[in-house]
Amino acid sequence: MKLKSLFVGLGLLASVSAAQAEEPFKVGFVYVGPVGDLGWSYEHDRGRQELDSYFGDKVKTTYVENVPEGADAERVITQLAKAGNDLIFTTSFGFMNPTLKVAKRFPKVTFEHATGYKRSKNLGTYVLRTYEGRYVSGVTAGLMTKTNTIGYIGSFPIPEVIRDIDATFMAAKSVNPNVKMKIVWVNSWYDPGKETDAANALIDQGVDVLMQHTDSPAPLIAAEKRGIRAIGQASDQSKFAPNAHIFSVRDDWAPYYIKTTKSVMDGTWKPADFWGGFDEDMLSLASINPNLPAAVRAKIDETYTAIKSGEFKPFTGPIKDNKGNIVVAEGHTLTDQELAQVNWYVEGITDEVPR
Amino acid sequence: MMHIQARTEPSSLMKVVSPLLAIALTLFFGSILFSVLGKDPLQALHVLLIAPLADSYNIGEMLVKMGPLLLCGVGLSLCYKANMWNIGAEGQLLAGALGGSAMALYFLNSESAFALPITLLAGIASGMIWAAIPTYLKLKFNSNLILTTIMFNYIALYLLIWAVHGPLRDPEGFGFPESALFSDTTLLPTLFEGSRIHLGILFALISGFIAWFILSKTHLGFQIRVFGADEPAAKYAGFNSKKLSWFVMLFAGALAGLAGVSETTGPIGQLVPNVSPGYGYSAIIVAYLGRLHPLGAIIASVFLAVLYMGGDLAQIEMGIPIAVVGMFQGVLLFFLLACDFFIRNSLTFTNKATN
Repeated sequence: MKLKSLFVGLGLLASVSAAQAEEPFKVGFVYVGPVGDLGWSYEHDRGRQELDSYFGDKVKTTYVENVPEGADAERVITQLAKAGNDLIFTTSFGFMNPTLKVAKRFPKVTFEHATGYKRSKNLGTYVLRTYEGRYVSGVTAGLMTKTNTIGYIGSFPIPEVIRDIDATFMAAKSVNPNVKMKIVWVNSWYDPGKETDAANALIDQGVDVLMQHTDSPAPLIAAEKRGIRAIGQASDQSKFAPNAHIFSVRDDWAPYYIKTTKSVMDGTWKPADFWGGFDEDMLSLASINPNLPAAVRAKIDETYTAIKSGEFKPFTGPIKDNKGNIVVAEGHTLTDQELAQVNWYVEGITDEVPR
Repeated sequence: MMHIQARTEPSSLMKVVSPLLAIALTLFFGSILFSVLGKDPLQALHVLLIAPLADSYNIGEMLVKMGPLLLCGVGLSLCYKANMWNIGAEGQLLAGALGGSAMALYFLNSESAFALPITLLAGIASGMIWAAIPTYLKLKFNSNLILTTIMFNYIALYLLIWAVHGPLRDPEGFGFPESALFSDTTLLPTLFEGSRIHLGILFALISGFIAWFILSKTHLGFQIRVFGADEPAAKYAGFNSKKLSWFVMLFAGALAGLAGVSETTGPIGQLVPNVSPGYGYSAIIVAYLGRLHPLGAIIASVFLAVLYMGGDLAQIEMGIPIAVVGMFQGVLLFFLLACDFFIRNSLTFTNKATN
């Protein structure tokens, strides 16, 4: 037995032993942040843990956290493949090209990349309809703001983030025609220091409801200190700001991780571009503050139900961009492919998409 | 009372034994750390320190990791020898990555044999320019080099982020902050089939030997050493301090720039926002661990590369969280520096009353 553990330590024979029948199905995860970020990577890891407990001994999961989106990513993904993982989830956009490169070299391993747009024989993609959660956030922010100024902390000006800003503003405008939105970009997914600075800068400009497309709870903490309201991102962040917190739009990757693992195990997996939202319970509203006005609470539930049932789709025309061009024609709803290319602000956002 | 006193003649035996002693102490404390966590300490140490060198793929990846550390570390060693406290290798590396990538994108549809050399030269020149500005400010206005080089790191980072979101962004990339993939004509050739070992690593090793030759075999190197050891004496001897400062800074800038362009045209193959996970800062550790000796920098950069890779492997093979790996690495660096310190200095206890 000592000899065997030595081999495991070497990591050389791991792929050989994975082929043996009694070995569990191995699933690897690559995270861009620390699992303790309490946001994006934390939620992916929660999904991994649920996957683990769902399959018990049949599945063995491994993760690597804090992987930089540079030259290191390809090595880490390769090492996971070499260690005998049968299915590997890479959970950040910057892992796209490294995942594609490794997928070519390991044709027998299945790869799944979150938020990207490149697919191949053994590489699929998956993404959340975060804009559905944003729409509910926008409606709530539009109703809750007293200064008619809501704030948004952006990470990177990519379609996912721009799309969410649009959904937020359209929603706020639908309930409050006088609302204005201020946007600050921090060029990071996780940087509590910069997120705090951005939050304070927005509050100084009169913002009284704060939203974020970054992963740390820092903006909520800032909102709590300054006595304004805020909406949590990616995970339940209520405990960081008991008074300021309105609700959190929580990501839940577990249903997808379980479904995908099953399909790879029984051989039915095919590369696809998967979008999951309220309908798949991959997005939910967590810890809705009990002290909200009843009318606001009712509107939150109504909007959520309408989107979840598919009765209402936020990106349905006519929609104009903020330069006056019609970007979604009357009667048309943006397809997933079109959603993936949104690079305009909707009418009324007095700002320019950073280029 | 405790006094720290420089030893007049550090023991030559201890100079050799010091790193071994530090490693022994680290292994001891590391074993305790891993045992407390319920991990097999022998296996953990094996994965952390030996597995990164256990097969040809891992050795190749170790070299890929070592390349930029060594290029930056060699340049910094020379700067620090001459008392030029250049903390700006990171910025110079990013400038090189940016300038080189702009050139590589210019050659996107070119078949020219000069495309790669010109791309590399563009990276080198960008690194030199980035080193030249703080050098000029120091020599002309006596500004603090540490502060200006740190600030230039941030300027370079934001320039790069701006470029990759704007002018250098892939027009077909759905707005994601990445450049197009470079064409094969501007990619550094790999040296071995199936590995990522590229020409840049050869450049790094050569630079180490060139720097060693300059420092120990030329009059210029003699001047640098005298200048660093005793500035008044150097001035008295009539050495041109400005010329020496310019030389070491531009040399370091050129190497860091080469490191940057070698990352983007090597293992990454495009310009991304996260070119460097902090190579320019880690290179400061490389320079000091290598005792400001260019050949010492080679050993130190291998050592750091192994540590970083071991951290990833420990997560994959044994599920050891990255925070624990970070602690282990910190302990190792602590003992290395502490042992070094006590070889150069002695601690004496004196009774206050007898003073």
